[in-house]
Amino acid sequence: MALITRGFGGRRRDDTDLPPGQYRTDDFPVLSAGPTPRIGLDRWELAVVTETGERSTWSWAEFTALPAEEPTVDIHCVTHWSKFGTRWRGVSVDTLLADVETTAEYVVAHSYGGYTTNLPLEDLLDGQAWVAYEFDGEPLVPVHGGPARLLVPHLYFWKSAKWLRALELRLDDEPGFWETAGYHNYGDPWREQRYLSD
Amino acid sequence: MARAAIPVRLTWQPATVAATRAETATARTLVLDVDGWTGHVPGQHVDVRLTAPDGYTAYRSYSIASAPGPDRLEVTVQAVPDGEVSPYLVDVAEPGDQLEIRGPLGGWFVRRPADPRPALLIGGGSGVAPLMSMVRAATNPTRLLYSTRSPSDALFTADLAAAQTAGDGRIAVTHVYTRVAPPGSPAPPRRLDADALARVAWPRDADAVAFVCGPTGFVETVADLLVDIGHDPTNIRTERFGPTGG
Repeated sequence: MALITRGFGGRRRDDTDLPPGQYRTDDFPVLSAGPTPRIGLDRWELAVVTETGERSTWSWAEFTALPAEEPTVDIHCVTHWSKFGTRWRGVSVDTLLADVETTAEYVVAHSYGGYTTNLPLEDLLDGQAWVAYEFDGEPLVPVHGGPARLLVPHLYFWKSAKWLRALELRLDDEPGFWETAGYHNYGDPWREQRYLSD
Repeated sequence: MARAAIPVRLTWQPATVAATRAETATARTLVLDVDGWTGHVPGQHVDVRLTAPDGYTAYRSYSIASAPGPDRLEVTVQAVPDGEVSPYLVDVAEPGDQLEIRGPLGGWFVRRPADPRPALLIGGGSGVAPLMSMVRAATNPTRLLYSTRSPSDALFTADLAAAQTAGDGRIAVTHVYTRVAPPGSPAPPRRLDADALARVAWPRDADAVAFVCGPTGFVETVADLLVDIGHDPTNIRTERFGPTGG
């Protein structure tokens, strides 16, 4: 039983879709570690690189011509906020990997600006992940990860790398930026995997 | 990239309010006694857990504003209108009350006291809290630029003046007021712009590190301006908070 804090009542909401330790916000807070990179669409490129070094790339025109999906998902940040019913448009990672031959089990997502985060490949497949370029019907703004960001809503949102540049397929797991700074390697909000020891 | 370690075992620890200090009309510092607390690296934060009598819990993260030290830490909380947790911490909690904390947390927005590089700290509103910890612990050259709407909105006014005096030239504090300047001030209220930043920025060859903390719009603007005036983007660390109903 947790310690009771005298005088604290709290504000209950009927949020059965809220993972443990989260609260609901209707804003869209921003968290990033440094300045927001600005990437011109003429220079933008998305790459998938396999464990053998095979490289598939898309220019902005090629990428946005791929079949798109419009997922509406709940997102959960490790800093305790959750936002329900966010509307995105993007390309399923299944589509990007459709013609890629790999035996990799892990992925490192690389961002413009140098950020990295690691995920099991299976968490990006079967309709669970997208590379998103619109939010709420508008082009994704840089502060929220535009031109395009990874969207993996079933994990804490730091796994949804902003300003995505490349997906590196790997045979071994390589911890990324926050994962080497004490945060959990996998980051399942429903099991409250915030920090290394959780 | 220097990182601060997060303790391998992170458990919830009881914290007892030892004292409170009003910082402004809507912000308050809570002095918390935590048995066995071993200190933190300036810039780190704690998760706070409040539990109501029926078991309902709420969690928020707050920056640590005090200098590192054992068994005691301070968090400074700005009351968010219509918030769930911050109004309790600002208006209700009294000495003797207990809550729970977990930490210290955050391995990136940190300045180790041993880091020899000069630092430029830029805070907007209550975003100055983690920077206050850096100022209090500073052993190396440190400049703080602090932007608030008016003098009465500024946190830590006396503590910052005292730190500057005690710093013996090592610590320089500059206030910028965006709406209301103090009486007799030579400068009119103004937004933080490239000129104001250039006046406090370290020379390009100083290998300075910048820490920027405040509301999202403020951090975005300042980080972009720093890049524009030639600051190395890889030496700019940011921490942002939005109006999240805290």
